[in-house]
Amino acid sequence: MVVTSLKLQDLIEEIRGAKTQAQEREVIQRECAHIRASFRDGDPAQRHRQLAKLLYVHMLGYPAHFGQMECLKLIASPRFTDKRVGYLGAMLLLDERHDAHLLITNSIKNDLSQGFQPVQGLALCTLSTMGSADMCRDLVPEVEKLLLQPSPYVRKKAILTAVHMIRKAPELSSVFLPPCTQLLQEHHHGILLTTMTLITELCEQSPAALRHFRKVVPQLVQILRTLVTTGYSAEHSIAGVSDPFLQVQILRLLRILGRSHEESSEAMNDLLAQVATNTDTSRNAGSAILFETVLTIMDIRSAAGLRVLAVNILGRFLLNSDKNIRYVALTSLLRLVQSDHGAVQRHRPTVVECLQETDASLSRRALELSLALVNSSNVRAMIRELQAFLEYCPPDLRADCASGILLAAERFAPSKRWHIDTILHVLTTVGTHVRDDAVANLIQLIGGARELHAYSVCRLYSALANDISQQPLVQVAAWCIGEFGDLLLEGNCEETEPLQVEEEEVLALLEKVLQSHLSLPATRAYALTALMKLSTRFRGDNNRIRQVVSIYGSCVDVELQQRAVEYNTLFRKYDHMRAAILERMPLVERGGTRVEEEEKESNKAAQLSEAAAPVPAEPQASKLLDLLHLLDGSSGEAPCPPPQDPPPGGTLVHLLDLPCAPAPPAAIPDCKAFERDGVQLNLSFIRPPETPALLLITVTTTNSSGGDVTHFTCQAAVPKSLQLQLQAPSGDTVPARSSLPITQLFRILNPNKAPLRLKLRLTYHHLGQSVQETFEVNNLPVETWQ
Amino acid sequence: MIKFFLMVNKQGQTRLSKYYEHVEINKRTLLETEVIKSCLSRSNEQCSFIEYKDFKLIYRQYAALFIVVGVNDTENEMAIYEFIHNFVEVLDEYFSRVVSLFNIMFNLDKVHIILDEMVLNGCIVETNRTRILAPLLILDKMSES
Repeated sequence: MVVTSLKLQDLIEEIRGAKTQAQEREVIQRECAHIRASFRDGDPAQRHRQLAKLLYVHMLGYPAHFGQMECLKLIASPRFTDKRVGYLGAMLLLDERHDAHLLITNSIKNDLSQGFQPVQGLALCTLSTMGSADMCRDLVPEVEKLLLQPSPYVRKKAILTAVHMIRKAPELSSVFLPPCTQLLQEHHHGILLTTMTLITELCEQSPAALRHFRKVVPQLVQILRTLVTTGYSAEHSIAGVSDPFLQVQILRLLRILGRSHEESSEAMNDLLAQVATNTDTSRNAGSAILFETVLTIMDIRSAAGLRVLAVNILGRFLLNSDKNIRYVALTSLLRLVQSDHGAVQRHRPTVVECLQETDASLSRRALELSLALVNSSNVRAMIRELQAFLEYCPPDLRADCASGILLAAERFAPSKRWHIDTILHVLTTVGTHVRDDAVANLIQLIGGARELHAYSVCRLYSALANDISQQPLVQVAAWCIGEFGDLLLEGNCEETEPLQVEEEEVLALLEKVLQSHLSLPATRAYALTALMKLSTRFRGDNNRIRQVVSIYGSCVDVELQQRAVEYNTLFRKYDHMRAAILERMPLVERGGTRVEEEEKESNKAAQLSEAAAPVPAEPQASKLLDLLHLLDGSSGEAPCPPPQDPPPGGTLVHLLDLPCAPAPPAAIPDCKAFERDGVQLNLSFIRPPETPALLLITVTTTNSSGGDVTHFTCQAAVPKSLQLQLQAPSGDTVPARSSLPITQLFRILNPNKAPLRLKLRLTYHHLGQSVQETFEVNNLPVETWQ
Repeated sequence: MIKFFLMVNKQGQTRLSKYYEHVEINKRTLLETEVIKSCLSRSNEQCSFIEYKDFKLIYRQYAALFIVVGVNDTENEMAIYEFIHNFVEVLDEYFSRVVSLFNIMFNLDKVHIILDEMVLNGCIVETNRTRILAPLLILDKMSES
């Protein structure tokens, strides 16, 4: 039973008729089997039909690579219909990555030189789409010949093929440069259009070509002028404008030629002004030309008047009711705002109106532009607008809007209070979308504004009482309440209504934050520390606080547990120090490096580590030395807090140098170990403070006699409880009366602090004798081993 | 430079696709689905230009057919917008009633020929209707005879 193969139209019908994906696949697979069979042994006359069907199937996404060889056969066939489908297939199925594409080169070459025009057109089209660099180089002579043929049909295609060749093989640009001047004198619009593209490509590739083509600027200007001033020409006019595509292309080329080049820009000025004023913008075509003109004016070195004209045109665009035009205007204004800030400012009200667009791309553009337009004079009004926008803007713009507002507020804030208000407002509206360092910034800002402490804490308290779900807000509020709780209780802030708050209410609120499942672990940590601080700020007894703190001593979260246990210890054993530790925080420097507090308690403060990584160690407050090991070896500055972590809860004082560890290493005196005939051996000692068991000895051998010391070796021995390591000496010769001694380093490990005894053995040649000395160093200073 | 040219129906099925910069076959379907989704989800009042990855998409709707063109940054969006309309007018003249999709679908090869006459390697070649259709009309006459 032979199922006859379908015509393309029937195939399409059948595929459309398939109700499910599986059915469609079935139809296609059946058809592909037919196609494969017919490729193998079918009628050559029908081949192009088969390939056409295959191409359709390919477009739907099914594999069609078995058709590649068929394309080649069809291209080689003399019939036009075959060639047509074959070339189409080549364009769709073949590309540089498959080796088969090189096989077409020969067919293309034949077609280009001998075929008649449509065939040449086909070949050029295919070559320009999928020609690889090698193919291009092979076919350059043919294409060049076609560039100068009389028929415009082929010429325009040849020109664009040349563009493709230059892109693939830049060295060919020298071949295609000379014909351009001649091509520019043509009248055929198709040729002109493509020539513009070719010249644009040449200029973009090489600066030398750019300089060459600057000479043709007058010619281009002339062509454009003719286009603009001639009346209606039926051939090319679109919506009453003569050939807008050509105009746009010429303008683009003028832009490239005039960029940063005074002379050419001057030549263009008049023309640009003329185009800008004469173009009819009631239809889209005119607007397209105007848009391109504006872009060109912005890029070249144009006269100031022209730039103002450009900005005004854009302003007019903004008021247009067509969305596309508004979009285009906003994009260009964004590019202009850096260079012509003043001119764009005049259109600020319109831009702000555009914020209210329902269209996402438009409102995004308007947002960026508004943020760029904020400056010190209009900051209050603009931020107000932007805050209003924040309330109803789509979710994906919220983060950008919030960070933009915060940034602008930082740069242009007229007063601290306004700044704090603005940040507060942003946090309450979109707290979850702000960047992580906003919390740290706000805390730093509040801390720095002494006069606003009372005000901020009152406002933060009311905000917190309303809503504990916005994490950044909760964190900042907890910190403030902890720091300035006493100011909150006094409640006499002159700038807001007086707030009467009881201690119990504040504690209850903080506990609520601690227990809420909405709170992040970091937030809980803030709240716990704030509670602790309040134990000194509030006057009532601290039972409630102590209770909470001890409950959290067995919390599952390790960070909270550690804090709670430490605070508990603070209550139990170090109550006398609590007030000092929990004093007000000093102002944190920007960037997170911390400043040492001025009024430290000396000698007895315990380091409560606030490691970012949870260290599950119970602080044994009595064993201060063990705590030392939790530090890394630096002199007590804790590392900069990473942005997600809260800055230190305010209770923690830096480690002071404890008396038992030597602060700077005490200098141990050198000792002279040996002297004979001018040869001297000197020992110098270093005990690094972080490894008290280690002793480094540098042995220096000097020679003040008249004879050289050669073959010098030094060996050492120590008691069994110590470990000795000798490093290689710097040399084995000390010239006479030299200042270049031999140095050698000994490392001695003395963990048990046993008394140090050192025996040395020297061998060397001096003054014609070989000397060997063995002795014990008996004037070692006590500090070397105690 | 035009990166790709798509004609899609309202259900999201591709009716014509032409890529001027090579894209892998399996990536093509993905690209087309995403592009279509962003175009279909827009309402009438929104503007016709979308930013998608590093392309700009310009689309126009004609009854049940969407034409989407992806360009790179250097192109003038409004000119391309105009070009889409030009293309549709050419199709209109040739098929005498293009808005019916069937004409396009069943004569896909002819539509490819027209598109090839108008765009070569991502650049616009010819926008004059008569000149574009001339070779096609000759071809038709030849195949009839």
